[in-house]
Amino acid sequence: MPGEIVRSELLACSYREGRVLEDISFEVQRGDYVGIVGPNGSGKSTLVKALLGLVTISKGSASLFGTPLSNFTDWHKVGYLPQSLHLVNPIFPATVHETVGLGLLSLKRFPKRLNRADKDKIDKTLDELGILDLGHKLIGELSGGQLQRVLLARAIVNDPELLVLDEPTAALDPETRVRFYAMISDINRSRGVTVLLVTHDSGTIGEHASKMLYLDKRLLFYGSFTEFCHSPEMSSMFGEHSQHLMCHRH
Amino acid sequence: MNLLEILSYGFIQRALLAGTLIALLCSVLGVFLVLRRLSLIGDGLAHVTFGSTAIALALHIYSAMSLLVSAPIVMLASLGILKLSEKGRLSGDAAIGLVSALGISVGIILASVGGGYNVDLLSYLFGNILSIRSEEVVVAGLLCLGVMLLLTLHYQELFAISFSDELAKVSGIRTSYINSILVVLTALSVVLAMKLVGIMLISSMLIVPAAGALQLARGFKVCILLAAIQGCCSVVIGIIISIMSNLPASATIVMVNLLIFAAACVARRIIYPKNSN
Repeated sequence: MPGEIVRSELLACSYREGRVLEDISFEVQRGDYVGIVGPNGSGKSTLVKALLGLVTISKGSASLFGTPLSNFTDWHKVGYLPQSLHLVNPIFPATVHETVGLGLLSLKRFPKRLNRADKDKIDKTLDELGILDLGHKLIGELSGGQLQRVLLARAIVNDPELLVLDEPTAALDPETRVRFYAMISDINRSRGVTVLLVTHDSGTIGEHASKMLYLDKRLLFYGSFTEFCHSPEMSSMFGEHSQHLMCHRH
Repeated sequence: MNLLEILSYGFIQRALLAGTLIALLCSVLGVFLVLRRLSLIGDGLAHVTFGSTAIALALHIYSAMSLLVSAPIVMLASLGILKLSEKGRLSGDAAIGLVSALGISVGIILASVGGGYNVDLLSYLFGNILSIRSEEVVVAGLLCLGVMLLLTLHYQELFAISFSDELAKVSGIRTSYINSILVVLTALSVVLAMKLVGIMLISSMLIVPAAGALQLARGFKVCILLAAIQGCCSVVIGIIISIMSNLPASATIVMVNLLIFAAACVARRIIYPKNSN
């Protein structure tokens, strides 16, 4: 289908400890902003990694932009922001400019080289995220919020059609977190980028996401935030009070 | 003997030329290895080089030709380490230890069975760059050229996998292929560096320049450049000091390398006092 960006069919993943995900089926349409929520160990990160081919799918299948994952090569259409604290080696000597430039490699053919236009593109992206002044800093010198914005710049510098973010706000203070969510909403609305965002923060993501995917090894809910707020299954799971707290803005 | 006199000798010119080329390779590769936490792969592959050299000597293959026996064996061992750590339910350091043990065992058994070539093997253990022959310089030069060409062509991919394997994969980079290139190039460099500093000290040629550069570099390209400068300077200064002071060249090169590293640590504390901890 032309508008289908992500499809997961009866997807299952296992680690040595056992099954982490089971029978996950859903599809994401162009322009959707999907919040992936669930308790610790529910398989949220594993799900997005499986959709990006970073962990092995033991059963079922996944596709990106209508192409089965095993044949997918259009990686320039995808931007990915992993859990940054686990990712960045504090002694890594790259500058912010060099780090963001890595996001452009998916657009390049062998031998991959960045040119003047690419450097302008990096500056433009840094400027859009309000971090142009950080360009020459080393990534090890950044605060958690700055680092998160730099990695976001790396993820969007290639103008992706799908942006996948794995717990991007985990290391941020509440104020920076609010600004970060606003930034992602803006990217989703103004650029039409489809967003998949993993978070623990069911309440805040509800403010921004057009759809919620609730996971606990199995898919327990997938639909709009309004449906999520009126779902009897979610009421019985969270209790009406908690559900009201999550949904009180609507 | 003054400096000009030293530089006029053919064997010293050959040592300086080959040594600088090998140091350049090791230093550049070392930056990628240290950042990928594969620093000790040099040590592991050096042990395999010991085994492969014992095989070459057992077959009565000497000097430059022995490099051609060692290179494919050590390259295969490097890929073995990679596969063991990817698929063998082993961490990288355990895989290095395993392959390293195999290499050194083969070397010891062959040395013991052969008996007569123990002295030659010892020269490989501690290196002897001053005895390098013209044909060895040519082989070293050609291999250096090939390795530098591959490094230049794959620079961005190597940078990407050093930063994060996961992000590199989602950028469409074939990480297994690039990892294989990295370890194979390392294997070639280790084989070449055997003559320069010997099997015992090879890993220092990979690790120390990178460690020094990491103290001061502001940028990835700058880090590679600083590591290359440190590696090359330590070889040139080390060889000259060793001749003037009648010290073993290999250990002197490594000591100079370590002194430059210490100076870089001090310079870091002076230049970036806020980031020194």
